[in-house]
Amino acid sequence: MIVRISGEGQYRLADSDAERVDELRRQALAIVDSGNEDGFTDAFAALLDYVREHGTLLGDDELEGSTVILPPADFSFDEAGREFTGEGLIPD
Amino acid sequence: MAGLTGRMSTVVKAKVSKLLDRAEDPAETLDYSYQKQVEQLQNVKKGIADVVTAKKRLQMQESSLQQSVVKLDTQARQAVAAGQEDLARTALERKNVAQTELQGLDTQVAELEDQQQKLTDSEQKLRAKIESFRTKKEVIKAQYSAAEAQVRISEAATGVGEQMADVGLAMQRAVDKTENMKARADAVSELEAAGTFDDITQLGGGEDDIDRQLKQLSSQPAVDNELEKMKAELGQGDAPAPVAPQISAPGGAEQAQPSESGEAG
Repeated sequence: MIVRISGEGQYRLADSDAERVDELRRQALAIVDSGNEDGFTDAFAALLDYVREHGTLLGDDELEGSTVILPPADFSFDEAGREFTGEGLIPD
Repeated sequence: MAGLTGRMSTVVKAKVSKLLDRAEDPAETLDYSYQKQVEQLQNVKKGIADVVTAKKRLQMQESSLQQSVVKLDTQARQAVAAGQEDLARTALERKNVAQTELQGLDTQVAELEDQQQKLTDSEQKLRAKIESFRTKKEVIKAQYSAAEAQVRISEAATGVGEQMADVGLAMQRAVDKTENMKARADAVSELEAAGTFDDITQLGGGEDDIDRQLKQLSSQPAVDNELEKMKAELGQGDAPAPVAPQISAPGGAEQAQPSESGEAG
């Protein structure tokens, strides 16, 4: 699987890591939903660290779509809470 | 975050498939797509230039405020030395406000610096991917049948598309930050325009609007502390006031002399 951390790059992970990534993602998500700002930073960092530790960074010239796209590392709790419109720049 | 993780992928995929749907000729799709990518890269460069411009404006304000702080400090000392406490207090109030604004600007310049770096990194990645796309599209055109080409184009376009969405996000965040900063930069400009940080030797008689606003804006305990410290340093109360340039008190009839810093006027 390929996981992109926005503003950082794409990581290639073993398919067997997918379950753990999903679990960590759900945890971070649940914290955003519950409105607990304190827990968010740690949970989100745990998710990104897992991806960085278990993945290999793709080269800048590799053209692959990501299985999962994660927010940038400095993503704030407020931003996470706001509905993200995700307007990309790919030509219409 | 649900929005970002899910929707960002969806948006990229939707745009790619829209692009492919329209395409009758894969070669044409590839060239069109590449052309659009290069255009978008220009927009990214423009975006970075805007961030740099915003940063430069803040930096110019910073250096102007730094000069004001030095000038007002000098004038406050001169006023204390001359036993003109009211005037010293006015200068310190102005200095206090200027310092507060300066701290705010420092933080913002650092933030913009950070955004600029992120945008530049992202732009470099995007450039590498577009270059890779350019090579790949020629390979696809030469080697694959129309049906196979569709799949390859989709992969390649998604790879670039995602990076574009990534730059788009970095850009949006930079724009948001820049917008916030405009408000502060404008506020500082207004204070400057109102003469807040002007030479206090140019003050006319009595308390004017600026002084009243300054009293509210500045931290009075900090001003009191600094005034006491200055008095102690200059040996006020224990020794006769040293010979110092005379500064006209508000409402005073004496003519102001240029300050030692040479920045008066």
